[in-house]
Amino acid sequence: MTEFTPILSLAGGAMIGLSAVLLMALHGRIAGISGMLQGLLPPFAKDWGWRAAFLVGAIFAPVLILVMTGWRPAFDASTPTLWLVIGGLIVGAGVQLASGCTSGHGICGMSRLSARSIVATLSFMISTAVTVYVIRHIIGGF
Amino acid sequence: MRVFSALLIGLIFGAGIAVSGMINPAKIFNFFDIAGTWDPSLAFVMGGALVVTFIGYRLVWRRQRPVFDSQFHLPTRKDLDPALIGGAALFGIGWGIAGFCPGGAIPALGLGEAQAFIFVAAMLAGLWGMRLLRSLKG
Repeated sequence: MTEFTPILSLAGGAMIGLSAVLLMALHGRIAGISGMLQGLLPPFAKDWGWRAAFLVGAIFAPVLILVMTGWRPAFDASTPTLWLVIGGLIVGAGVQLASGCTSGHGICGMSRLSARSIVATLSFMISTAVTVYVIRHIIGGF
Repeated sequence: MRVFSALLIGLIFGAGIAVSGMINPAKIFNFFDIAGTWDPSLAFVMGGALVVTFIGYRLVWRRQRPVFDSQFHLPTRKDLDPALIGGAALFGIGWGIAGFCPGGAIPALGLGEAQAFIFVAAMLAGLWGMRLLRSLKG
């Protein structure tokens, strides 16, 4: 069980949206995390600086929140290590093929009303739901 | 200034991921587990992000160009190819197994959780491997 958090989730979602809007306004870029990561893998993207800076900021955010407010977000990852590795490999391969993930397609692309992003988002939302159903209700969990 | 602003924008993104609950794999699993311990919170994340981005983008695009660049870099492809649909479906399988998407996992590194480091290392290997594979195939 996790607690239903409509207010925090809405506020957090608005912050994610704000970052996407600011990245477009200042840098003219889509805030897609998988695309940024890809630009930092060899062969490196020519302007890797803003990508690296964005990701460093994203990593540092929970630390800053903890230091400033003493609040640490709930975190509960129950997936066994082997399955984390398998899941990670699949996510990496999948987002490379699809040219985007939840941030790039799900938020930025859908906001642009891009047909590719709407189709991609539907595709991964359905397959995630099916996967969670199979793991939790057919296999009976890890 | 250009790079520093990206750092601040990344900070806002990471804070949004942390506050919203996207950083927590258990919350991801419960959002998709409609038949079980359903937690609809992540619909509010998506809703909040989409409303702000949808309106914000349109305000931004009234300008000729972004502040630090000569043009907006927007994807131009329109084709719904098998790589898009299949790749997205594949991504969903991995998301359902691990409970991390790329945007959730990166800020989770800042929590110092071992699972996040293991996942991100594997994800980078998958990303790099698939790109290599596709470049070899031409």
